[in-house]
Amino acid sequence: MDTAIRIRGLVKTYGEHRAVDGLDLDIHRGEVFALLGPNGAGKTTTVEVLEGFRDRDSGEVDVLGTDPHRAPLRWRDRIGIVLQTSGGLDLLTPREVLRSTAKAYRRPRDVDEVLTAVGLAEKADDRVVGLSGGQRRRLDVGLGIVGDPELLFLDEPTTGFDPQARREFWDLIRSLATGGTTILLTTHYLDEAEHLADRVGVIGAGRLLALDSPADLGGRQSEEATVSWDEDGERRSIRTATPTADVARIAARFPGEVPELVVSRPSLEDTYLELITPHVTHDTLMEVPA
Amino acid sequence: MSTLAIGLDRATVELRMYSREKEAVLFSFLFPVLLLTLFSVVFSGQFEDGEMTASWFFLPGMIAAGVLLTSFQTMALSVATERDDGSLKRLRSTPVPPASYFLGKVGLVAVTSLLQLVLLLVVASVLFDVPMPGTTGRWALFAAIFALGVFGGTVLGIAYSSLSTSRSIGAVVIGPMLILQFISGVYIGWDSIPDWLRQVAALFPLKWIAQGMRAVFYPDEMASLEMAGAWEPGRTMLVLGAWAVGGLVLCVTTFRWFKRGTV
Repeated sequence: MDTAIRIRGLVKTYGEHRAVDGLDLDIHRGEVFALLGPNGAGKTTTVEVLEGFRDRDSGEVDVLGTDPHRAPLRWRDRIGIVLQTSGGLDLLTPREVLRSTAKAYRRPRDVDEVLTAVGLAEKADDRVVGLSGGQRRRLDVGLGIVGDPELLFLDEPTTGFDPQARREFWDLIRSLATGGTTILLTTHYLDEAEHLADRVGVIGAGRLLALDSPADLGGRQSEEATVSWDEDGERRSIRTATPTADVARIAARFPGEVPELVVSRPSLEDTYLELITPHVTHDTLMEVPA
Repeated sequence: MSTLAIGLDRATVELRMYSREKEAVLFSFLFPVLLLTLFSVVFSGQFEDGEMTASWFFLPGMIAAGVLLTSFQTMALSVATERDDGSLKRLRSTPVPPASYFLGKVGLVAVTSLLQLVLLLVVASVLFDVPMPGTTGRWALFAAIFALGVFGGTVLGIAYSSLSTSRSIGAVVIGPMLILQFISGVYIGWDSIPDWLRQVAALFPLKWIAQGMRAVFYPDEMASLEMAGAWEPGRTMLVLGAWAVGGLVLCVTTFRWFKRGTV
C-alpha cells in the first residue's frame, strides 16, 4: 500500500457552516505534503479528523489503513502529532518528558538520539520553563517523533520563529522526510511549503482548490515570465512566454551585463492569493472552532 | 508496556511535578500541618481545664481537611489546568491508555495524602502529645474512612474540574471548599455550629470524614457531642461510599479530554 492518507467526500459542518465541504485527497507514503489555506478554510478541521480528534458528518477517511474515528490505541503507536500549542510541561525537563512519553510506544526511538536530533542535547536536563519558544517547539517535535511514527502531523510548526530558528527547523523536518517518515504539514508560510513540501494542496471554503508540486502549483511554471532591466536611465519591463530568447536579444544590446536584470515568474504567494481570493468571503473568514 | 506500568510511570511524573510546584506543596500538602500547629498555639488557653488539648481537639478536623485538599482540591485544579493548557490533548495524541492517566492521578493522590497524614500524626503525637488510637478496631475504621475519603475526593475532583476553566477554577474550588471546611467542623468545634448549618454540612462528605476521624481519635464519652449522640461508623461509611460511587460515575460520564468549544 503506498497511500498513507485517503480522503473521499469529507464533510464537516458546524451548524449552518460547512467547514469541510466534500474534500477528496490522497497523501502518499514517504512524501511531505503541505496543506495551505486561509483561516477558516477547513485546514485544522480536516487535520483533526485525520488525527482522530474530531467526528465527521460524512465521507470516507483512511489513515494508515484505519478509520481514525474508530481507531484503537495501537493505531496511535504509528502516528506522531505535533500540536499547535502544548503547555503543562514547565516543571519537567525535556529528557523526563521524552522518556515518559517514549514508554507509551511499543518501539520508541532512543531518547538521547531524539534529543540530539531536535537540537536539545544541551538543554536535556534544564526545566522546560526556561526554554525559548523555538526550543519548546523543538521539544514538541521531539514528542511527536519519539514513537518513531510512520506518519507525522505538523500543525503550523514555525509560527513565532525567528528566521534562523526556522531554517534549523526546516533542516530537522527534511532529515525526518529523508528517513522515510510521511509528513502532513499545515502552514501559513508559503516559503515554508516551498522549502519542505513535495506536494502542496490549497484548500478554500472546505474544498481542494489546487494540488501540485510547489513549483507547478496553479500552472505557474507555464505562466508568462516578466523580464525587467534598466535601459537609457529608465526601468523597462516585458511579459513574455519565451524569456530565454528575450534575454538573449536584450543582452545583445549591451556590451557586458544587462543592468538590474530580473526574470521572474509569479511567486507561490501570487499564485496562492489568486487561487484563494474568490473563496475568501465573509463566510469563510468567520471564526470556526479552532 | 502495560497499562499498569505506564500508570506507575505517570504517577512518578505526577509526583515529580507536584513536588516542584511550591504553591501546591505549601497550600495543600503542608497546610493542615501548619494550621494544626497554629491552632494548637493560639487556642491552647481555652483547653486548660480538661484532659483534651487544642491539638487533640483539632487533629481529626485537620486530617479530614487534608484528605480533601490532597484529593479533591489537587485533582480539580490540576485536571482543569491540564485540560486548558493542552496536556490532556497531548496525552490523547499518544498511545497512553486513559486508565494509565487515571492510575497516575490516583498514585499521586495516594502518595501525597499518606505522606501528609504521617506528617500530621507525627507532629501531633511528638510535638503536642496527642494520644494515638489504642485499638486495632479504631485503626481499621481509620484506614477505611481515609481510603474512602481519598478515593471519593479524587473522582469528585476530576468530575468537578469540568465545571470551569483553569482561569477561574481556583475560585470555583477554593471558595466552596473553605465554606465547607467551616461548616463541617474543621476549624470550629462541631458542637458550636448552628443545627441548620450542620444539616447542610451533613449532605457533603467532609462532615462525615471529620466525624469518622473524631470517632477514631476522641475518647468515647465525646460521642455525646455528635448530632446523633453517637459516632455512627456504619452510616459514615455508607455516606462516604455513596459519594465515592456517585463521584466515579460522574467522573466517567463527564470527563472531557478537550477544552470546551474546541472539539
